[in-house]
Amino acid sequence: MGGDQGRTGEGSLSNMANQPKSSTANRRWRWFTNHMASGLAVLSTILVIAPLVAIFIDLVYKGASSLNLNFFTKIPAPVGEEGGGMANAIVGSAVLLGVASMLGIPVGIAAGIYLSEYGRGSKLSTVVRFTADVLNGVPSIVMGVAVYALIVVPTKGYSALAGGVALGIMMIPTVARTTEEMLLMVPHSIREAALGLGVPNWRSMISITLKTAMPGVITGCMLAFARVAGETAPLIFTAFGNQFWSTALNQPIAALPLQIYVYALSPYDEWHRLAWAGSLVLIVLIVVSVSLVRYVTTRGVLKGAS
Amino acid sequence: MGVSIEVNHLNAWYGANHTLQDITLHIPANEATALIGPSGCGKSTFVRCLNRMHETNPIAKVTGEVKVGGQDIYSETSAVEVRRRIGMVFQRPNPFPTMSIYDNVASGLRLNGFRNRRVLDEVVERSLKSSALWDEVKDELKKKSGASLSGGQQQRLCIARALAVDPEVLLMDEPASALDPVSTAKIEDLIFQLKVQYTIVIVTHNMQQAARVAERTGFFLNGRLVEFDSTHKIFTNPGDKRTEDYITGRFG
Repeated sequence: MGGDQGRTGEGSLSNMANQPKSSTANRRWRWFTNHMASGLAVLSTILVIAPLVAIFIDLVYKGASSLNLNFFTKIPAPVGEEGGGMANAIVGSAVLLGVASMLGIPVGIAAGIYLSEYGRGSKLSTVVRFTADVLNGVPSIVMGVAVYALIVVPTKGYSALAGGVALGIMMIPTVARTTEEMLLMVPHSIREAALGLGVPNWRSMISITLKTAMPGVITGCMLAFARVAGETAPLIFTAFGNQFWSTALNQPIAALPLQIYVYALSPYDEWHRLAWAGSLVLIVLIVVSVSLVRYVTTRGVLKGAS
Repeated sequence: MGVSIEVNHLNAWYGANHTLQDITLHIPANEATALIGPSGCGKSTFVRCLNRMHETNPIAKVTGEVKVGGQDIYSETSAVEVRRRIGMVFQRPNPFPTMSIYDNVASGLRLNGFRNRRVLDEVVERSLKSSALWDEVKDELKKKSGASLSGGQQQRLCIARALAVDPEVLLMDEPASALDPVSTAKIEDLIFQLKVQYTIVIVTHNMQQAARVAERTGFFLNGRLVEFDSTHKIFTNPGDKRTEDYITGRFG
C-alpha cells in the first residue's frame, strides 16, 4: 500500500498498462482514500452539528414543560407569585429587532453597494472596509456603552429606540460585507448586458446587479438579524428592560435575552424554569423568522435560474 | 431602418496601451460589415467605441469622431442615449439569470420605465420572432429562466433583448464563437434577415463566417485598419499583402 501512495502521473499510467496486478492494488488504494475522505467529511459535519443539536434538545427538555398559554399572554409575575409569562419581552424583542433592521439593513446594504460598485480602490472604501471589520469585532457591551453615551444620556432615559440603534449598528458590518461580497460575485457580463441596453448606471445597479445578488444579500441580513436577536449586553445600558407592557420607542422596553438574563441569575426555581422556556422561545422565533423571510423572498424563483 | 456610421480618426487607449490608432471608415446602412483580424488587434475595442461601451472601463480613453446617422455620439448625445440606439450582442451569451425569458426580452424597455403591458407583449413576441426563438420558447415565456436555455438559444435570446429596444444598429462581438455549428448557422441566417432592418457590425474570428454574411469586411492588425473593402474583394483580391497573408492562413 505504502508504495502505491507515492505513485503519481506517468508512473501509475505505465504501471497500469504493464502490470495488471498493481492496478488492482491501485484500485484498492483509491477505494480506501475515497472512503477515508468521505468519512472525515461526515465526521466533521457531525462534530459541527452535534453541539447545536445537544443545546436544542436540552432546551426543549428543560424549557418545554414551562411553556403554556400564559407564557405568551401574561407579563412577568412578581416574586413569589405563581404563573406569569414573557409576553412583553417577546413583543419588546420584536420592536427592538424591527428598529434594528430598519437601521442596519438599509445602511448596511448601501455601504456594501458603495464598497463593491463605486469605491473600488479608493481611499475612503479602504477606510470603510477596515472600520466595518473593526466594528464587527467590537465587544457588544462596548456598543451598549457607546449608544448609552450617544442617545441615553442626551435624551435622559433608557429607551427602546436606544436599544434598537445599538443592535442596528451591530448589524451594519455583517450586512455591508456580505452585500459587498455578493455583488462582487455578479459576473461582469451581466452588468455589461444592462449597460449595453442603454440602462442608466444607477438603474442597472439596483434592478440587475443587486437583484441578481439578492439571495446572498438576504442571507447576510438574516445572519446579522439572528446574531443581534440573541444579544443581551448592548441592551443593558440602552433598552434596560421593563417588567410591564410597553411598546413605546421612548420608554424602556423588555427583551427576551434581557429577561432570560435576569431570570437565569435569580435565586428562584420558578424563574429558572421561565428562563429555560424563554431561551427555547427565542431560538424558535429566530428560526421561524429567518425561514419565513427566506421562503417569502425565494418564492418567485424560476425554473432553471442559477 | 438602419443608419450609416462614419468614423473619423478614432483613437482608443487602455491605460498606456494605444489599442486603436487613427481608424477612419464608413459603414453603410442596412448592410452587414464584418471585422476580422487576429486576437488583440483592436476589433472588439473598435465596436465597443461605436456604442460608448469602451468608456465603462475606468482606465479607457478615446478621441476622434463617430457619427451615427449624422449625429456625433461623443459630443452631441449621452452614453445612455447612444446605447439605446445601438444594440450590442456579446461574445458569451449573457441573459439576466434572475429573469424569465419574457422579462429578459422586456428588460431594456422596462428598465427605461416603459410599463404598458399590451405593447410589451407585442414587442416580446416580435423580438423573439425576429431572433428565430419564438417557436422554441413561446409556451414557457414566463415560467422558464433565460439562463436555463441552451447556449445557442441564450444567444438568440440576447439578440431578441437587443432588438426589443428597437435600435438602428446592431453590434455583434463574436456572437457565435461560443456556440456549436448548428447554433452558429442559425445566428448567421438571422444576420441575413436582420440586415433588412438594421445596420449590422459583426466581429468574427471565423473568416468563412465573414465571407458568408457580410457585404463589407475590414481587416484589423495591431490597432490599425489595414484594409476595408467589399467582402468579395478582400477574400479574392486583397489590396494589401498582410490581408492576403492573414486570410490565406500564412500569418505569424
